[in-house]
Amino acid sequence: MTGLLAHDALMVSLVLVLVGAIMGTLGIRGRRADWVQIAFGTVYGNFVLVTVATLAMIYALVTHDFSISYVAQVGSRETPLFYTVISLWGALEGSILFWAWVLGAYSTAVVFINRKRAGNLVPWASVTLLVVALFFAILLVGPANPFHAVFPVPGDGPGPNPLLQNHILMAVHPPLLYLGYVGMAVPFAFAMGAMLSGEVVSDDWIKITRPYLLVSWGFLSAAIIAGMWWSYEVLGWGGYWAWDPVENASFMPWLVATAFLHSAMVQERRGMLRLWNLNLMVGTFVLTILGTFLTRSGILSSVHSFTQGPIGYYFLVFIAVVLVVTLVMVAGNSDRLRSTGHLESAASRETVFLLNNLFLTAFMFTVLIGTLFPLVAEALRGLKVTVGEPFFNKMTLPLIVSLIFLMGVGPALPWGAASKADMKAKLLPPFAGAVVMAVIALVTGARNPYAVLTFAFVGYAAFANFREYWIGMSARHAAHDEGWATALVRLVQGNRRRYGGYVAHIGILFVALGIAASQSFRTEREATLKPGESLTVAGHTARLKEVWGRQEPQRAVIGATMEVVENGKVVATADPRMNFYPTQSTPVPTPQVISSIGGDLYFNLMAFDQNGAHATVKLIVQPLVPWIWFGGGIVVLGAIIGVFPKRRRRTAPAAVRVPVPAVVLPIPREGEA
Amino acid sequence: MNWKRAAIASLAAVPVIALFAWGFTKDPNNIPSPLPGRMAPDFSLAVFAPGQPPMALPVGDTVHLAKLRGEVVVLNFWASWCLSCRDEHRTLSAFAKRYADRPVHFLGVLYNDRPAPAISWIDEMGGQEYPSVNDVDAHTAIDYGLYGVPETYFIDGNGRVAFKQTGPVTDAILTHEVDSLIAALPAGTRPGGSADTAAPTLAPAKTKGTP
Repeated sequence: MTGLLAHDALMVSLVLVLVGAIMGTLGIRGRRADWVQIAFGTVYGNFVLVTVATLAMIYALVTHDFSISYVAQVGSRETPLFYTVISLWGALEGSILFWAWVLGAYSTAVVFINRKRAGNLVPWASVTLLVVALFFAILLVGPANPFHAVFPVPGDGPGPNPLLQNHILMAVHPPLLYLGYVGMAVPFAFAMGAMLSGEVVSDDWIKITRPYLLVSWGFLSAAIIAGMWWSYEVLGWGGYWAWDPVENASFMPWLVATAFLHSAMVQERRGMLRLWNLNLMVGTFVLTILGTFLTRSGILSSVHSFTQGPIGYYFLVFIAVVLVVTLVMVAGNSDRLRSTGHLESAASRETVFLLNNLFLTAFMFTVLIGTLFPLVAEALRGLKVTVGEPFFNKMTLPLIVSLIFLMGVGPALPWGAASKADMKAKLLPPFAGAVVMAVIALVTGARNPYAVLTFAFVGYAAFANFREYWIGMSARHAAHDEGWATALVRLVQGNRRRYGGYVAHIGILFVALGIAASQSFRTEREATLKPGESLTVAGHTARLKEVWGRQEPQRAVIGATMEVVENGKVVATADPRMNFYPTQSTPVPTPQVISSIGGDLYFNLMAFDQNGAHATVKLIVQPLVPWIWFGGGIVVLGAIIGVFPKRRRRTAPAAVRVPVPAVVLPIPREGEA
Repeated sequence: MNWKRAAIASLAAVPVIALFAWGFTKDPNNIPSPLPGRMAPDFSLAVFAPGQPPMALPVGDTVHLAKLRGEVVVLNFWASWCLSCRDEHRTLSAFAKRYADRPVHFLGVLYNDRPAPAISWIDEMGGQEYPSVNDVDAHTAIDYGLYGVPETYFIDGNGRVAFKQTGPVTDAILTHEVDSLIAALPAGTRPGGSADTAAPTLAPAKTKGTP
């Protein structure tokens, strides 16, 4: 019943988006405003229908309706309710449904907000969004239909993949990723709209599009950090990034979108980089589709890849269409996109933005090559190869270090041309920050040149970005006799984009510091302990209290209680576990992390004795890891500040609240939900 | 629109699409199993589901793989929680019934499951022609390097693994593999093939309970 209703809703939605795309196109071409209105209407209608299907799926999951194929595949009577609901995105078909729903939500918002705008930009953008929706609608009634009838109806199902029901972050990371990923369809739609309507010759459309891109960028940033955090807390190896194809797939669009956020300013200010920006904008979307394709089609081996099926061929056709259409449109319009301005001086903010774009795109191509290389090697030489961390680290570290340095140089330099004296005054003082941080790194024992350089440039960039705040605030303080807090709030309000950007920079610096420190100063030891025995790693002592076991409805759990001992007193306890799921041949490790501002104690249970006589525990001590999560929160805060348009008139509000990110909590959790 | 430039640019898509299209002909997880050509790992496992006559074995008896030497063995790893196992069940069971009087043994191996849900699964699916044994603690699955369920191993008369199927088997695969393996059996072993010589080979050493 539920399955039928949902399936019908998806069928109707398929017809609706097809009709909408056709009506929209004909309406624009034939100047029939009423037809365009109908196309807008189909965007809303599609959203309603996909919402119905999504709610039906949640209902089916919660009521254990195993007559529906997706529920039979990921559901189980023993799975807790919470994980049952979020298994909506736990496997391929459900995630495509959720994807379609997010796309529907974005499209509806875009059309509703911009429905009254004159010109053909918005109609063409909605046609583009409808075509993208059409692809997902085809998937949902075809190869990724989650509502197939299963007969005979099974009495129970295997439950979600154990890795996905082991941690609360599984409820956070995928939706954020979809919001970021799918959201990139909106700037793409505007770019296509601009080219189709001819508005691409003005720079106006860039201003309309930028907030949407920034929203998606904020979600994507949060998703990447949440994904790192999830893999850190769940996978048991104490790392947060492994250059797995799926991580790369989320990171590549982020790099290109980040490049756009900077170069868009050059276009708005100087009328330069217009073709380049168009490329970045469509490139971001192409990379999200490419990423989905690479990770969902089973073409590459990845921790996230799903079983191979016909869906890969649909994606191949879609990506071919997107690539060809995009290339044709951009190349066909390239004549019209000549720069109207030019670089005045090498010593200017524009130059730094150019370098930033160069490095970010080089970064993206490096990651892309590393990700696709196994495929290329097999195609050309028949070799099975994997490209691992050494390649990525070696290739990307110089770029990362340079980008951190540029984050300090860019904000310091003016637009146009900087005089020698200007440059001295702006660029020299931040070296104080660099020296302080380099000394800190060397004193604490860092010897890797990249680690020391990262510390130094983080110091440089932090100094430069904070100084921008300081200069602005002290100017207001002096000129308007404002208190420091008021000055800060008014300063940010006056130019949200600029100061939001600096906040995001500072967040990135926290992330960089956390990564550099945790990579340089990681210490780990593994020991087999009897109850009462302890091991010491980097000055931290942990004692095994007991080995225990318990049966839960959906799994068996074995744990080791570890006590952290300082000066003979127990200051904290951790319970690293192994979870045994009946459908899984190997246990799922469940590490436990004790976090403090200085770093993490990461406990993982490696092996245990059946009778509880001993347990093998690994303890990893990593400094500053929580700074990565905290920094991610700051980046998102920066995006939130930047999203809101500039205030037109400066009135004096009684109280102004700075929005706080709701998505990434800066302080790591302790204990398990 | 500059169509000439557009056409040239669109050519850039060709190698990318070609690469992906080629990639589809490969399965990145398909790291060839070293097992084919080698001796099948031996096991002694207890029957928990008897199957139908003439292939039936008493529940609790032990099946020792080495004692089946001389005939073809089809080992099918399955579980009641596995959705693809449902897809192949009818094919496999019907095929076994057709080949009941040929020199081939069919054996289900239960993987990471308990006998009770597995038995009710068999009832629900309308019975299983051949017997199933329980691989307690998945030791046999580990010996075979099981990637997932279902997985089916075709073992020749000399006890060597001839072929391994990852994922559901089809009637075509079963027919091809089993026919060619039976044809390769030494002449005279089992010319007509009758069920009664099969019984003694399977007649188990009476070690009760799980190994």
